[in-house]
This record gives sequence, structure tokens and C-alpha cells, in this order.
Amino acid sequence: MKKVTRFLMIGLLLLTNIASFAQEAEMADTMRSEGKIYVVVAIILVIFFGMIGFLIYTDRKVSSLEKRMNDLK
Amino acid sequence: MRSVWLKVVCIVLLVYAIIGGLLFGVPRLNIVNETIRALYFHVPMWFGMVALFGTSAVYAIKYLRNPNFQNDVWSVEFANVGMVFGLLGILTGMIWANYTWGSPWHGDPKQNGAAIALLVYFAYFVLRGSVNNEEQRARLSAAYNIFAFVAMVPLIFIIPRMTSSMHPGSGGNPGFNMYDLDSRMRMVFYPAVTGWILLGCWIATLRIRMKLVEEKIAQSEDEKSY
Repeated sequence: MKKVTRFLMIGLLLLTNIASFAQEAEMADTMRSEGKIYVVVAIILVIFFGMIGFLIYTDRKVSSLEKRMNDLK
Repeated sequence: MRSVWLKVVCIVLLVYAIIGGLLFGVPRLNIVNETIRALYFHVPMWFGMVALFGTSAVYAIKYLRNPNFQNDVWSVEFANVGMVFGLLGILTGMIWANYTWGSPWHGDPKQNGAAIALLVYFAYFVLRGSVNNEEQRARLSAAYNIFAFVAMVPLIFIIPRMTSSMHPGSGGNPGFNMYDLDSRMRMVFYPAVTGWILLGCWIATLRIRMKLVEEKIAQSEDEKSY
């Protein structure tokens, strides 16, 4: 039991140590709190869906070509 | 990749990776700061490239065992898409290196190894372009493809780990162990990798289908001309 508590204590100490070290790093907290990050997310998603839409369109076109090809025979 | 549900899974995973990658929590680390999120996009490019080149090598072996047009097309198109993934990986890596290491090309063993691996694969396409006879081209390039894959593995995975490198996961660097401790990042990273690999397979199979249709048209044209 004593061993377990000691182990837990060391673990806790390490955790708090990491946490205090990590707080120093500068992150884009202001941008997030202002909600502007959603603008970035929206823009990337629009581009992504545009690309995927194009890919699906091409996929369908190839499918119809394959169908026409098989109907010929 | 003909099944619709795999494509749906691919899109869902990638949308999740984009949203989660930009919004979910990440460890607060010095130097990398917020750019740690690039991990969700840069690293899947390399995972995707290795998966696609691996598939390409498998079809190269299949071709050598059973020489037919299909195996050759599969091998080439997977290598093609793998190349695109590799180029995107190296470009994103350069942007990231410029921010965290100070210059886009640091001569880091990981960067150099990746560049050499891509050059080895460039030579695969040069080889294909330089042989006119179709069967010879397929056979030579299938043999070279296996060599290229075997050469890529030490260039990307072994040499950078044996020398000193700033790239995470190389040269005694703690690598992503530190980030991997964070299960939040794993929750986005693995779906992102799966999604990007699926997207690569989707594009590759689409190109394969196009080439097979093209070949059928060429065949029927040949029959008519006789």
C-alpha cells in the first residue's frame, strides 16, 4: 500500500511538473477565444469539399464510361 | 475501391481530421507551439506514401509472377499517387522546418533521405518513359519498383534514426513519444492517417479504371483496323 501511494505521489508530482512547464508555451489562445479559428476551419472545409465533389464527379464519369464500354459488347 | 461506403468513410474521417485537427486540444510545447497541428496533415502524407508505394510494389511482384496488363496498371498508378503524396509531404515538411528549424532545407538526414527516396521513384517513371516496348517496359519497371521500395525503407526509416537528426522520431530524438503520450492527439492522428490512405487508394483506383477503359478502346480500335 505504501509503495502504491508513493508511486501515485511521484506520478502526481511529474504531472504537475509537466503542466507547469507546458503553460509557458505560447499558443493562439486569443484567436481561439475570439472564435476566428472557425473562419479557418470553414475555409479549409469548403476547399476540401470542392475537391471531393470534383473527385466524385470524375468517379461518376468513369463509371458511365465503363457502362457504355460494356454495353457496346 | 469501388464500394461507396469506403468513400464515405474516407470523407467522414478527413472532415473529422480537419475539424479535430484545428479545434481539439493539443499539448502546449515550446518552439512548435500551435504548429504541432501540422502533424495531422504532414505525417499522414508520408504514411499514405509508404502505403501506396507498398501496394505498388505488391502489384509489381504480382506482375513478375503473372505478367498481365492489369497488374502493370495497378503498380504504376499506385506509384503515381504515392509520388504526389511524397511531394506534398516534402513541401509541407519544408514549410514546417522553416518555422521550427529556421530554414526550409536543413540538410537534415530525414529530409535528405526522403528527397533521395523520391528521386529513386522519379527514376522509376524515367525508366518507364524510356522503354517503348510495352512488355519490356512493364517487366523492367516492375523489377525496378521492388528495388525502389526496398531502397526507400532504409532511407526514410533507418538511416535518420542512426545519425543525429532534428526530425522527431530520429537520431535518439524523443520524437512523437512526447506527443504520443497525449491520447488527444492520437484520437485525431490515426483517423487522419486512415482517411488520407483511403483517399490515395480512391484516386489511384479511379485512374486505374480510366486506364483500363482507355486500353479497351484502343483494343477495339485495333480490331477494327484489321
